Amino acid sequence: MPDRKNAPQIIDAVDMHIALKPYESYTLDNGVEVYAFNGGEEEVLMVELVFFAGNWYEEKNIVAATTNFMLKNGTKKKNAFALNEHFEFYGAYLNRHCYNETATITLHCLNKHLSELLPVTAEIITDSVFPEQELGIYKQNQKQRLEINLKKCDFIANRLIDEYIYGFHHPYGRYTSTLDYEALQREELEAFYKQYYTHGKCIIFTAGKLPADIVPQLNKAFGHLPFQQNNLSDKQFNPAPAELLKYNILNDPDGVQGAIRIAQPFPNRHHPDFSKMQVLNNIFGGYFGSRLMSNIREDKGYTYGIHSHLQNHIHTSALVVSTEAGRDVCEATVAEVYKEMAILRTEPVEEEELALVRNYMIGSLIGDLDGPFHIIARWKNYILNGVTDEYFYKSIDIVKNISAEELRELARKYLNPEQFYELLVV
Amino acid sequence: MIEYDRFVLDNGLRVLVHQDHSTPMAVVNIMYDVGARDENPEKTGFAHLFEHLMFGGSIHIPDYDEPLQRAGGENNAYTTNDLTNYYCQLPTENIETAFWLESDRMLSLAFGEKSLSVQKKVVCEEFKEHYLNKPYGDVWHKMRELAYKVHPYRWMTIGKELSHVENANIDDVKAFFWKHYRPVNAILVVAGAVKPDDIKRLAEKWFGDIPMGEKYHRHLPVEPKQTEARRAEVYAKVPVDAFIKTWHMDARLEKGYYVADLITEILGGGASSRLYESLVKEKQLFSALDVHHWGSTDKGLLAIEGRLVNGITLEAAEQAVEEELAKIQSITVSENELQKVKNKTESMIAFEDMSVMNRAASLATYELLGDAQLMNTELGKYQEITVGDIQQYCKEIFRSNNSNTLFYHAQK
Repeated sequence: MPDRKNAPQIIDAVDMHIALKPYESYTLDNGVEVYAFNGGEEEVLMVELVFFAGNWYEEKNIVAATTNFMLKNGTKKKNAFALNEHFEFYGAYLNRHCYNETATITLHCLNKHLSELLPVTAEIITDSVFPEQELGIYKQNQKQRLEINLKKCDFIANRLIDEYIYGFHHPYGRYTSTLDYEALQREELEAFYKQYYTHGKCIIFTAGKLPADIVPQLNKAFGHLPFQQNNLSDKQFNPAPAELLKYNILNDPDGVQGAIRIAQPFPNRHHPDFSKMQVLNNIFGGYFGSRLMSNIREDKGYTYGIHSHLQNHIHTSALVVSTEAGRDVCEATVAEVYKEMAILRTEPVEEEELALVRNYMIGSLIGDLDGPFHIIARWKNYILNGVTDEYFYKSIDIVKNISAEELRELARKYLNPEQFYELLVV
Repeated sequence: MIEYDRFVLDNGLRVLVHQDHSTPMAVVNIMYDVGARDENPEKTGFAHLFEHLMFGGSIHIPDYDEPLQRAGGENNAYTTNDLTNYYCQLPTENIETAFWLESDRMLSLAFGEKSLSVQKKVVCEEFKEHYLNKPYGDVWHKMRELAYKVHPYRWMTIGKELSHVENANIDDVKAFFWKHYRPVNAILVVAGAVKPDDIKRLAEKWFGDIPMGEKYHRHLPVEPKQTEARRAEVYAKVPVDAFIKTWHMDARLEKGYYVADLITEILGGGASSRLYESLVKEKQLFSALDVHHWGSTDKGLLAIEGRLVNGITLEAAEQAVEEELAKIQSITVSENELQKVKNKTESMIAFEDMSVMNRAASLATYELLGDAQLMNTELGKYQEITVGDIQQYCKEIFRSNNSNTLFYHAQK
């Protein structure tokens, strides 16, 4: 019988070799930068076009997201059905997403079909027409989806906490009402599209088992489009955090759970505390074995899950604790969150727990770098945030070496209840 | 082609090893041949509750997660109506930690009262979060009861009601463990930069001495063929009316399953699918529409569900759905349309297989279905399907007598 009482020998993840494999970069004829990572066994790849076309750049609520959504709804040559049919026939996925600063068009496909798909992707960037009828359907369906979401406490809570932290006039704090959808005009979308897609700034990321001629193929499809790489307005927004810190919102009188959010503003990743805070956040509420999970789920059973995280924003960030808890234990849950903050402010983290968190963080980092799509995703995040692999190695260094005392100081600086917004939506 | 080695320990534990030397992480996946369909109708939700208890300490190890995290690993688990799967990923160098942890909890749990009482609460909160505190959260609960009269698919994995979870006791937990969580009812898959000989040695070392247990033979009540259209109406505080209709279809390994999978894609897979184009875009009856099937081991359901545009009646929505179904039965789909959904299937499989973790789980699932090699022959089964098969199977399943319709009314 093996020795079941004692754990087998392990090699500490912190001692393992960890490297961020480099990308290759190219410039297309029109100046578009391409970041490529070649790897993987399956004959598949992804091509992602990133535009600086997030809601940061819109003049009116929901114009950026709608423009992005409508990209698949018709070009001069193809209606919405024909466009979708083209990508789906080749088993490809053409997704688009709108974020705060950026908006993306992402193609995933089998290598063998790439040459059929790139030209139509380019067509979407130059020839979209935003048909009035499609816009009407979109408005109607989005309004309905919003009405349903507004019944959900967690949805309400996510909107409101961002508003408290950033203010409604900041792109990170703004949200949508049904009236915003009604107010949308086709011409606004078209103008936004021309400025921020057709003549906007574009960066391309590609990864997978890349064909040898990937760069010529990209150049042929996108290298002659009329992008204007320096056309970006330097818009700045200052967060205007709410004055009142505590909120109780009644959303559903018959609900059986409440949504809790506890949050405070936090600087972006260029601040020296950011990477350190990632470690403290892990201990606090960042993984399954965190203090919040161990106490509030695994000891008290108040919730299915409780997490804290630093928001992944480019300009400025926030530390957010979020959970859905039984209605009768919401207050007790909030009290326990503050208790855990107090413990982190007063008692240094013991070496055993700290070693575990270091290994866990490095282990999940190694796991996160598995495969070409994951590697390019990390690079994309770095490039858009204006950091290099120096940030990667520095963060690892912090995970490996931050001391319990430094963490306690950090907790004293950032984990004070009086600095937090507290929201309960029931 | 996914390659693997397979061997069986003396105690009946089936072990599959899949090598991928491009990754620094190893996956250890254990699937147990038990799901919500194996539950006592008076104690539903138990298989899933039990999954939570598997993390509450085993006979020699008080906590599962901590040592795994210390070894740089992460894990999770899921329960379906058919099976329960546990998987972890950790740096290959530390793979023995996963063997130690998984074998100890297969040897015996600690059966702590505290873990049971806490996890009952956690699962009740999960139940509330996903099924009670959400608009339309109970749709599938109602639909299952409508479509199944005797087969245990008539309840959800989370359980029929909160009280079933609340009433679970430690004797239930013990009995369930000794009945289902034995080597003879389990499959171990190890994937990553590993060598089969090393895995064999580790498997013998850590799992070899666990008593075999008794093979669990499933004798589930067979759902009698449905002979009449079933309908139900629900009134709830939701913003808009919702429509859901289902039809019984073939079990996972029957030919009809593959045909139904393609039919699902033709009708509702993506924005160029028939129902999306016709009912969302052209006629604007639905604001959201989804066509799917369960993928279940026993005979499951194919479903069309959607939320209605304001002012559209459920009757009008249903009629439009039926017109589309009549069309696919009377007019053969084109070769081009069939080719499209086959291409989509090929692509989906390729993307799924990119992740080592998915490959490990798929191997376990197919082994549980009877043969891991199925993983490599699935695509061929789709390729063989003809336009005639599609038409014929549509006629077979989309009969009124085989249908279950739920009108979910928004209570004003």
